[in-house]
Amino acid sequence: MNKKVPDSKGHFGAYGGRFVPETLMPALLELNAAYKKYSKDRAFLKELSSLQKDFIGRPTALYFAGNLTEKLGGAKIYLKREDLCHTGAHKINNAIAQALLAKKMGKSRLIAETGAGQHGVATATGAALVGLECEIYMGSEDIRRQSLNVFRMRLLGAKVTEVSIGSRTLKDAINEALRDWTTNVRNTHYILGTVFGPHPYPVMVRDFQSVIGHEARKQILRAEKKLPDCLIACVGGGSNSIGLFFAFLRDNIRMIGVEAGGHGIESGEHAARFAGGSLGIFQGCKSYLLQNDDGNVLGTHSVSAGLDYASVGPEHSYLRDMKKIEYTYATDDEALAAFELLSRKEGIIPALESAHAIAEAVKIAPTMPKDSIIIVNLSGRGDKDVQEVARIKGIEL
Amino acid sequence: MSRIEQTFKQLKKSGRKALIPYIMTGDPSLDVTSKLIADLESAGADIIELGVPFSDPLADGPTIQRASERALQQGVTLRKVLDFVKKIRQTSQVPLILMTYYNPVFKFGIEAFAKEAADAGVDGLIIPDLIPDEADDFISAARRSKLDTIFLLAPTSTQERIKKVVKVSTGFIYYVSITGITGARLSIGGPMKDTLESVKGSTNKPVAVGFGISTPEEAAAVSKLADGVIVGSAIVRLIAEGKDVGEFVRNIKEAI
Ligand SMILES: Cc1ncc(COP(=O)(O)O)c(C=O)c1O
Repeated sequence: MNKKVPDSKGHFGAYGGRFVPETLMPALLELNAAYKKYSKDRAFLKELSSLQKDFIGRPTALYFAGNLTEKLGGAKIYLKREDLCHTGAHKINNAIAQALLAKKMGKSRLIAETGAGQHGVATATGAALVGLECEIYMGSEDIRRQSLNVFRMRLLGAKVTEVSIGSRTLKDAINEALRDWTTNVRNTHYILGTVFGPHPYPVMVRDFQSVIGHEARKQILRAEKKLPDCLIACVGGGSNSIGLFFAFLRDNIRMIGVEAGGHGIESGEHAARFAGGSLGIFQGCKSYLLQNDDGNVLGTHSVSAGLDYASVGPEHSYLRDMKKIEYTYATDDEALAAFELLSRKEGIIPALESAHAIAEAVKIAPTMPKDSIIIVNLSGRGDKDVQEVARIKGIEL
Repeated sequence: MSRIEQTFKQLKKSGRKALIPYIMTGDPSLDVTSKLIADLESAGADIIELGVPFSDPLADGPTIQRASERALQQGVTLRKVLDFVKKIRQTSQVPLILMTYYNPVFKFGIEAFAKEAADAGVDGLIIPDLIPDEADDFISAARRSKLDTIFLLAPTSTQERIKKVVKVSTGFIYYVSITGITGARLSIGGPMKDTLESVKGSTNKPVAVGFGISTPEEAAAVSKLADGVIVGSAIVRLIAEGKDVGEFVRNIKEAI
């Protein structure tokens, strides 16, 4: 049996699909058709590739983290430097591509949700670049801990709308963005920031992020003349991880996705969907979900806003079943320790999200031979988190 | 013929339109909801829609979102709503429809839910985030338990979508009168009217219109175009303010 994954309705095995109000269906079908068309359109691809190079700053470096490698005393650690992308995280890879697509589709307005603020900044940047109106939804809890990014979005000309219902974080911002889209669907494109939601988003966002892995594969072959032994990335919705992993899926390489362990699984305050969740249907698709017995979605906790989400991209659930990707988690404390370690050893302040991936490298690198290779996706830079880390450490700035 | 279909048939015979009020189960408490059902029935409700609270009601505006939060705080769950319906059935035979998001049903188990809902005395189901394309299992379970499956259409719906939704809807078809979420402002005419006409033109099944209807005048205008009028947020708002819904619903009933 050689079934196409995902199928034409976006099912990755038992996961994915489209669970949305009927009002949105024509827009999703229109988006699917447009994406199909433009993903094969020479002029579109040329324009995107030129923006990737000159606007985003691709290819991003694959950096050998010599000091960290020496300190951990095991596998060689390479960092895929998505933190060097324009606006400071991988989110821009997707946002620019979708903004360009929306422009081609004749939409006049872009909306997006944001957690850490990185996707909001990336979307506001894309909107400024292609000349479209822009509104970003953000939970009030995230607005507090990512205030710097809120101001950046406003500087870029976007309207930032505070969402103060529910848990006041990313999931509530997505609800509100979906409500906006349901209301303004005729002229508005919703730039979903991760490999989640109704089809075609999980596929489209993956494709727009897979440039990370395509570059990394070439770069490591050039640097080491062989493929890596292990890939590590943090998993919020799952876009930077699938972006790195996708080009290596046929290579039989160990791949590890790191979720937010928050205060630990037993505490119930975390966002480790695979460790603590079950199959559910949420915000447009079927996947692993942190929910109670009655099917209500649980609140989540993570020190990093970008990982603080109750569900995970459907393709991740599928690839986990296929045993292609392993999933683990790092706690807040482990991530904070990795945040400081990378800053001091390499002179790179990582995003707290990316620090979760570093934390996993800290755990496994010492157990691996010295000639083995790990690539860690450094999904973003940590400037946005500096204030929050200071607050946690009780330092007044 | 289901109780819902029978209701529409009888109304049609006497040249009347169905009045379908919506309330959130457990807002502000199950006791009050129980009393409200009696009030709505005596004010002339033909069918009653009971909302099931959910943590993430993405098709709802602020009025119903807050009602949902209040009901959740009361500890109301899908299972408790079924128990509640069972109790209501001891005193009332008004057709009851549950409006619930899909995840609570999925978590409950689709087959078990359909069976228990039917046993409790539920007549039909509306699931705003379930489209026919994803509903095969749900539809067969509902058919086996003789529950009506009411799917939604909207002003954005294309001919292709209309065909699909009409085919699998039983009881009636729920036409969402606005491109938007519950409680938004209604505007009759334009795409709302055009698409509604093509829905009506493509089926003999009853079509009820809801979302945004908040005055007797609006209800009157909508009832000229459809077989039923659904009023939700306007009633939920009155309940939140502790006001009497009976008179409001009677005025709507007279208008349609
Ligand atoms: C820097 C960074 N890394 C990772 C993530 C997590 O998202 P994803 O799993 O889609 O890559 C975010 C989300 O905001 C982010 O800002």
